[in-house]
Amino acid sequence: MSAPILALRGVSKSFGPIDVLHDITLEVRAGEVLCLLGDNGAGKSTLIKILSGVHQPTSGTIEMDGRTVTFDTPRAAADRGIATVHQFGGTFPLMSIGRSFFVGAEPTKRWGPLRIYDRRTANEIAVKAVRDFGITRIDDGDRLVGGLSGGERQALAIARALHFGARVLILDEPTAALGVKQATHVLRIVNEAKRRGLAVIFITHQVMHAMSVGDHFTVLIRGAVAADFRKGEKTREEITDLMAGGASMASLEAEIEGYMASHEGHPPPPHA
Amino acid sequence: MTETARMSGPAGTSGSGRLGALLRRPEAGALLGTVGMLVFFTIFGGLGFLTVASTASWMNVAAGLGIIAIPIGLLMIAGELDISVGSMVPAGSMTVAIISGHYGLPIWLGIPAALLLGVVVGLVNGILVVRTAVPSFIVTLGTLFSVAGLVLGFSVLITGTTSVAITAPDLAKAIFGSFYIQGQFQVLILWWLLATCAYIYFLHYSRYGNWVFAMGGDKVSARNAGIPTERLTIVLFVLSATSAAFVGMCQAILFNSAQVSGGQSYIFNSIIAVVVGGVLLTGGFGSVIGIFLGTVTFAVVNQGIYYTSFDRNWSSLIIGVMLLLAVLMNNTFRKMALNYTPRKGNR
Repeated sequence: MSAPILALRGVSKSFGPIDVLHDITLEVRAGEVLCLLGDNGAGKSTLIKILSGVHQPTSGTIEMDGRTVTFDTPRAAADRGIATVHQFGGTFPLMSIGRSFFVGAEPTKRWGPLRIYDRRTANEIAVKAVRDFGITRIDDGDRLVGGLSGGERQALAIARALHFGARVLILDEPTAALGVKQATHVLRIVNEAKRRGLAVIFITHQVMHAMSVGDHFTVLIRGAVAADFRKGEKTREEITDLMAGGASMASLEAEIEGYMASHEGHPPPPHA
Repeated sequence: MTETARMSGPAGTSGSGRLGALLRRPEAGALLGTVGMLVFFTIFGGLGFLTVASTASWMNVAAGLGIIAIPIGLLMIAGELDISVGSMVPAGSMTVAIISGHYGLPIWLGIPAALLLGVVVGLVNGILVVRTAVPSFIVTLGTLFSVAGLVLGFSVLITGTTSVAITAPDLAKAIFGSFYIQGQFQVLILWWLLATCAYIYFLHYSRYGNWVFAMGGDKVSARNAGIPTERLTIVLFVLSATSAAFVGMCQAILFNSAQVSGGQSYIFNSIIAVVVGGVLLTGGFGSVIGIFLGTVTFAVVNQGIYYTSFDRNWSSLIIGVMLLLAVLMNNTFRKMALNYTPRKGNR
């Protein structure tokens, strides 16, 4: 087994008197998807912020390629190849695909005595990068990001991270706001990123989505690692139980999803 | 035959495509507004509106407003606002008038001093906005009143009046404050056109323009992408305050006197020009040429009314209605831009 690219060793985080994370240890390897599961308030967001340099751990260490590192700023984490993609992907809805792709790293060309933004190059590279992820509907780099679907925006953000040399991709609930079809799109992109040798940390509370791409699973409950297992070691029901902390939850969810699957996505009518 | 058919095919479709592309641009509404207002006042003002004197009158109004409106527009695209320009215009006038008029020091000392005051106030605005979490509207409201108070206080303290005379030497007058072409067009118009070109380069062709748009779209993501958002914010505030001081300084040289009041109209007029020009009030969308056209539209309405048989009092009504129409139109065009998908099989 290859050495982990990124690892947390006994990381805790407190905000004043409130302990948010307790003694978290996890690692992620190249070409592997680590699914971080947890209900709302389990500490997933804080963990992402530590991984991406927004917060610093109160105790414990972060290791990259076996060496201890500190991320003082999000920029420091980004420079080491850690890219975070948030729920809504493209965050500049009124910018063109090409322009938003290259924010902060715009290609320029000479124009007389001046240096000007090279729109054509930017658009070409951005469109090609997204199309390489199988999003063939995008062929015009002048389109505004806000006009793309949720899945396309995720693809754009992931393609951008890859283009700028990301080694670790942190996906923060990428499927939460998406419909079934769009979510499938994103999951396919996650698989493609994995195939290209990225280490992916996939944060979600949708067990189905996690199971379809994950190699390794970590369940967080109230800021602590409640379970840590590899693909195939636990069933969907067991994972849901772990997350929700009760068997009734899993059976209810299974019942509803079973109904939806057999009724073209419609939820069951409320009981009279 | 086949060659011409192939040539004319795409050219024919790109005709409507070009119109569509124009409507999706931020300045679409402003362009329609400008053309509409020019037609309106040509019809109701008759030939009087098309004379040199009339053209000069609205261009003179547009020049001073435009030099201030563009940096205000850049700030708005970046998600900020600056209303302190309302007292920076008289501050620029009074500074040059007190130094070079009252004390009789060289004008080449008074001009940099006026601009330096703009830089300082801009730095104060920018640093306060960046360092505190106070919205820029409130910060610049504070400096608007503070600077107005400072100008009034110092003027009365130093000169004993609120109006100071200044006689600039010929060279300074020629560059900053005189009339050309039949003695009707202010030299400020030239400054306005030059500034517009410089800003078009800055916002739309240099990489820094991309940073301004990104900041207005999402400040946190922009910072994470490595953009020095704080420094850029401060630079934009310095630009707007200095531009206002520049306009005030030019007016003092042109009219041979400076007053402590009279800049307040620039606050709302610049915001109207910017919003009519298609800039999104919440940031992230807009264009320099749009602000330019918004300024022209405002100036045409402001001055065109004199050439019609309407009472002057109606001009504010026209501007108000025009502002509302422009905002609605710009919303529509922006939605068109967002929903635009190239038709399948286009290429």
